[in-house]
Amino acid sequence: MAVSTETAAPDAEAGAGGRTPRPRRRKGGWRTALTFWYFTGPFLIGLLVFTYIPLFWSAYLSFFDARNTVAPLPEDFVGFGNYVRMLQDAAFIDSLATFTVFAAFVVPLTFACSLALALLLNRVRLMRAFFRSVFFLPFACSYVVASLVWKMSIFNGVRYGMANSVLDLFGIEDVPWLFDPSPPWYWLVIVSLRLWIQCGFYMILFIAALQQIPEHLYEAAYVDGAKPGRQTFWHITLPQLRATSVAVLMLILIAAYQAFDEFYNLIGNQAYARPPLMYLYTTALGTQQDLGRGSAGALILALIIAIVTVLQGRFLGFGNAEEK
Amino acid sequence: MSHTTARRKPVGYRPGAGTKGANAAVLIVLAVLTVLFLIPFYLILRNAFATDAEITAPGWMWFSPDPAWDNLSRLFNDPAVPMARSLLNSAIVAVLTTVGTLFLCTTAGYGLARVPWRHANKVFYVVLATLMIPGAITFVPSFVMVSSLGWLSDYRGLIIPGLFSGFAAFLCRQYFLGFPRELEEAARVDGLTYWGAFWRIVIPNSGSFLAAIAVITFVGAWNSFLWPLVIGRSSDSWTVQVALSTFLTAQTVSLSQLFTAALVAILPLVFVFLFLQRFLVQGVAQTGLKG
Repeated sequence: MAVSTETAAPDAEAGAGGRTPRPRRRKGGWRTALTFWYFTGPFLIGLLVFTYIPLFWSAYLSFFDARNTVAPLPEDFVGFGNYVRMLQDAAFIDSLATFTVFAAFVVPLTFACSLALALLLNRVRLMRAFFRSVFFLPFACSYVVASLVWKMSIFNGVRYGMANSVLDLFGIEDVPWLFDPSPPWYWLVIVSLRLWIQCGFYMILFIAALQQIPEHLYEAAYVDGAKPGRQTFWHITLPQLRATSVAVLMLILIAAYQAFDEFYNLIGNQAYARPPLMYLYTTALGTQQDLGRGSAGALILALIIAIVTVLQGRFLGFGNAEEK
Repeated sequence: MSHTTARRKPVGYRPGAGTKGANAAVLIVLAVLTVLFLIPFYLILRNAFATDAEITAPGWMWFSPDPAWDNLSRLFNDPAVPMARSLLNSAIVAVLTTVGTLFLCTTAGYGLARVPWRHANKVFYVVLATLMIPGAITFVPSFVMVSSLGWLSDYRGLIIPGLFSGFAAFLCRQYFLGFPRELEEAARVDGLTYWGAFWRIVIPNSGSFLAAIAVITFVGAWNSFLWPLVIGRSSDSWTVQVALSTFLTAQTVSLSQLFTAALVAILPLVFVFLFLQRFLVQGVAQTGLKG
C-alpha cells in the first residue's frame, strides 16, 4: 500500500499542476487500475453475473437430471447422459436441419436484397431520403407484429387474404400458405417476413460503405475502358465492400441462429418447422421443465455457433478486415 | 435534374450516374418497392379501423367506408385484455434498459478504449468472448439465474439481465478509440481526471453516436419477445409483444382488435424512427460496424 502510494503521488502532482504536456500514469499503478475499474467495473460485474455465471451454472446442470429444479441433488448426476439423449433426439436434429434450410434461404437473400437496395439508392438523387426511410421503417416493427400481419392478413390462406386476392386476379387458386405442413409455402411466408424487417438495416450499412469508396477508382476504371455497371460492380464496388460484406454476412447469420419469434407466432411448436431455440424453449420451459437437457442443448448450440463463427471468420478473413 | 446531368463528367463512371432512361427505370423500381414495403403498414391501418365483418368479407376493400374509430376505446376498455398495462410495462422496460445500457456500456467502452491499465486487453477479451455466443442462445442459463434470484414476472428480471450487452460495449469501445485524442489530452492538461474528461468532453461531443446506440437499444428492448415471454409468467408482467402474441395464438380477441393492438404497439417506434432516423443512420454508419 505504502509503495503504491509513493509511485502514484508524483503523477497526481503532475496532473494537477499541468507542468508536463501529457500527464502519464504508470500502466501498472494502482490509480490507473482503480480508474479502469470504476469505468468498467459495474459492466463487468453484470457480465459476470448474467452471462458467465449462468453459462457455468448451466454447464453444471447439463450433467444432472434437473427437472423443475435449478439446484439438483448429487444423486441425480447423469454424466454425459443429457448430451447423448439430446444428440440422439430426432426432434433436436430436425431443428438443426430446419435452421440449416432457413439459413440457406435467409442469409443469401437478405444479403443480396440489402445490397441491391443500397445500390439502387446510391444511384438515385431524387427523394433519396424518402426511399431510405421507407426501406428502413420495417426495422421498427417487431417480429410479433409482422407475424400478426403475415398470418392474419397477407398469408391467411383464405379468400379475403391479400396474397390470395392477388392470385385471384390472375385466376390462380387459393394457396393455404402457413396451413400446409409440407414445403415450400410456409418457407415463403417466414423468409419474406424476415427480409421485410431486416433488409433496411443492412442497406444502411451498405450505403455507408458505398459512400466510402473513393471516386477516383471509378474514374480510373473509366479511363482504362471498363464498362460502367457490371464490370465496375464486380471489379471495384464488390471488392471495396469486402469488410462490410463480411460483417453483414456474420450479423445476418447470427440473427438467423436466434430465429424464434416468427416461428413461434406464425407456426407454433410444430415438428415440420421448429428452429433450435423453439425446441430448447419447449424442452426447458415447456411442460417438461427439463433444465438439464435444455442446458445441454443450449451448450451444444452455442458450441456449434462458436465453431461456425470462427470458421467463417477464418474463411472470409474477418480478422484481416478488422486490422485495417 | 437536367442541369446536373449536363455538368456530369464521363457518363456513368460512378454508380451515381447513368443515362436518363436508366435513372427513370431506377425510380420506377424504387416506387414499386416502396409500395411493397408499405403494404404491411397499410394493412395494419386498414384492419385496425374496420369491423370484423368488413375484414373477412369477400372482395377487396381499400379502406372501411365507415371507419370504426371506437375499436381503440373498445381495446383499452376490454377487461380481459391487459393492453394498457402491457404498454406501460413495455415503456418502463424499454426506457430503463436504454438508460442503463447507455450508462454501463459507454463507461465500460471508454475504460476499455482509453484507460491504459496493464491488463485492459485481457479484460477486453473477456468481453469479446461473449460476442461469440448470441444472447438468445443463453436464455436457458439466464432463466436459471433469474429464477433463482426470484425475479420471474418482475421488472428486475425483465430489465437487469439485458443491460450488460457485450455488443454495445464493444461498439462503444470502437467508437471511443476513434474519438480525437487531442480533445481529451487538452482536458487532462487542464487537470481533469479520466472521469472528468469523459463526462465533460467526450460525452457532450458524442451526441449522434449516443443517439444511435439509444435508438437501437430502445427498439431492441421494445420489440424483444423471447426473453419477456420466458420471464413474464403472469399477465400483469407481460410486455406488449407478449400480450400481442398471446392474443394472436390464443385467438382471445377479435380480428379487428388484434390489428388495433398491433397499431398501438408499433406507433411509438414509428415516431421514434421518423424523428430520430437521421441520428440513427449517421450513428450506424460511424459505429465502426463498417468492419
